[in-house]
Amino acid sequence: MTRQMTGAKMVVQALKDQGVDTVFGYPGGAVLPIYDEIFQQNGIRHILVRHEQGAVHMAEGYARATGKVGVCLVTSGPGATNAVTGLTDALMDSIPIVVLTGQVPTFMIGSDAFQEADTVGITRSCTKHNWLVRDTEDLPHIMHEAFHVASSGRPGPVLVDIPKDVQFATGSYAAPKEVKLAHYAPKVKGDMEPITELVEAMEQAKRPVFYTGGGVINSGTGASQLLRELVEATGFPVTSTLMGLGAYPASGDKWLGMLGMHGLYEANMAMHDCDLMINIGARFDDRITGRIDAFSPKSKKAHIDIDPSSINKVIRVDIPIVGDVGHVLEDLLKVWKARGRKTNKEALAKWWAQIDKWRAVDCLKFKQEGPTIKPQYALQRLEALTKGYDRYITTEVGQHQMWAAQFLGFEDPNRWMTSGGLGTMGYGLPASIGVQVAHPDALVINVAGEASWLMNMQEMGTAIQFRAPVKQFILNNERLGMVRQWQELLHGERYSHSWSEALPDFVKLAEAFGCKGIKCDNPADLDDAIMEMINYDGPVIFDCLVEKHENCFPMIPSGKAHNEMLLGEAETKGVIDAKGSVLV
Amino acid sequence: MSPLHIKKGSTSHSAYNLRPTFSDVQEKHTLAVLVDNEAGVLARVIGLFSARGYNIESLTVAEVDHVGGLSRITVVTTGTPQVIEQIKAQLGRIVPVHDVHDLTVEGPAVERELALLKVEGEGEKRVEALRLADIFRANVVDSTLRSFVFEITGTPEKIDAFSDLMRPLGLLEVARTGVAALSRGTA
Repeated sequence: MTRQMTGAKMVVQALKDQGVDTVFGYPGGAVLPIYDEIFQQNGIRHILVRHEQGAVHMAEGYARATGKVGVCLVTSGPGATNAVTGLTDALMDSIPIVVLTGQVPTFMIGSDAFQEADTVGITRSCTKHNWLVRDTEDLPHIMHEAFHVASSGRPGPVLVDIPKDVQFATGSYAAPKEVKLAHYAPKVKGDMEPITELVEAMEQAKRPVFYTGGGVINSGTGASQLLRELVEATGFPVTSTLMGLGAYPASGDKWLGMLGMHGLYEANMAMHDCDLMINIGARFDDRITGRIDAFSPKSKKAHIDIDPSSINKVIRVDIPIVGDVGHVLEDLLKVWKARGRKTNKEALAKWWAQIDKWRAVDCLKFKQEGPTIKPQYALQRLEALTKGYDRYITTEVGQHQMWAAQFLGFEDPNRWMTSGGLGTMGYGLPASIGVQVAHPDALVINVAGEASWLMNMQEMGTAIQFRAPVKQFILNNERLGMVRQWQELLHGERYSHSWSEALPDFVKLAEAFGCKGIKCDNPADLDDAIMEMINYDGPVIFDCLVEKHENCFPMIPSGKAHNEMLLGEAETKGVIDAKGSVLV
Repeated sequence: MSPLHIKKGSTSHSAYNLRPTFSDVQEKHTLAVLVDNEAGVLARVIGLFSARGYNIESLTVAEVDHVGGLSRITVVTTGTPQVIEQIKAQLGRIVPVHDVHDLTVEGPAVERELALLKVEGEGEKRVEALRLADIFRANVVDSTLRSFVFEITGTPEKIDAFSDLMRPLGLLEVARTGVAALSRGTA
């Protein structure tokens, strides 16, 4: 049954019909009619952010922690342009979000009106799809289609630009099931022929490895469950990208740890020396592959991905399977079981013996000595003290992010939110608020660097206003740590603009915002300080002063192969040649 | 080289043949892209080519199904087989794109382009231009005592050849439509 209502009311109604309970947003002239509707209802909670970039990262955090679509509402012009970084971040990491932007009235579009921007033009390349709604009658089906496109296939951000006159005008509203969606329907089931081919390869493989990614998380918790079943049944080792952590539990005995530029020695060596690589929902990102022509030279490669354009984009694969990870793993398990659950047990035992030798290198070892806290030690203690909690971790971007990926263990999917593809400093604080809003009783910690954290620190106001007790665990080295590390390795230790000379006093800053500040600079006090942070009922800014010149290892230098990893004690000067130094 | 035919929503049989074809040879391919005729769809297609550094040699677009609101974009592009496969897969990702056909690999196809050429000349040159136009089956669509406008259709190569011949005879201006192409037979 269709009902007559204003465009503004349609927006709120469509959100309700799509099961949305939370919207992150910031009002402005071009979205006032929608805000007026939000004011007159109770079904949808609105979280007022302090900057639109924060709204999008919160929606991302919310989406990753729940598996649902995150929603933002911002105004035209600067509201929309401030959302661009978040949209790009969500596009790179395949996070389903719907961003609603106000627009100047249709009759003023193109006149350089106040707070007018070509929003669909600007965001065309940083959304999966976007729409400019020109007629109120089109609004219901565009709203429903937006949710469909954001959440189906390879998920991603979409944007709906709604002119103010379209919000005021009246039209007929239709519920989601009454709307005929466009043809967009990505393929989810994989072809049986390559799946069978992969099973045959698995039966014979002597040195197999599962290389899993964010696609497993995006495919839902069922996909993680199937992955666990597959790993346990076959006994193959499993590694994951930064985005896929938690799909297979870190406590599992088949777990090799994260792979890639700052991945674990055993994971990267296994990737380099394997004879069968099974890529499940990852995309051969350059942080993973290192030098392309030396990437896993002896292996047969299978690639399961819902996006056909990911296949053969970077690395040539032998067995391409286009489909949703969950569906494909289900079929894969079925075929493998039906064929008698075969693996090459003898060869696998040898392979594990080799992996154990690599594990014995203990690539994450570090020495906590002297009066200064090592960042690795801080994370090791954080891990130990928060292990039993209902815990969610977000991060900013840089050294602390890599250390968090190395030293924190994730047992379940959707517990780890980090900006992987785009590497957005300033992601973690707002993302942690989005996660906390979705899980009010959970322990949500943002592992941060002081430089990243300052980029969106205004969102502490949001955390306090909405009583989101997020813990900001800042590893403060008074440096842009990763930039400093690269300058040391690549630019003759000329530390150009990579340190902060005027950092705020984080404890006073916490007090100014109206939350708790904790400062810790002594390894002996660290445990008590962390417990104080956990036990405080409210947001905490934890200023953890750490060793200023610690480098993040292991590291595959730019332009090098997986087996040319630098371990902690290695002599690092001049390891990146001229060709490698042009890479990022 | 095996064709990649992306048809959205197909689940029953193998719509994707993604076996790799890695080679350094630059190939020219004509792609027919069927899209919803909605605002910004051409910008999405062109934006994809510029953002990812692909070549566009020729591009034509017009609505071909007024009832269904479908437009056909014909793109002539060059790249290695791997790049061509990527272009097709990336085009297939665009939400308003219904179908991507690679006419170069999907069997024989006809390609036509229309061009208008303005040629200025007197005396023997003018006669020669008219004679050549007759050989190329170009029509005269405008004439003054000192000039002709020729209309010619054919493959891009034929139009190239004709304009090369017209150049010494007083070619002033050329307008070309870009390639329109269809597969032969009932495929």
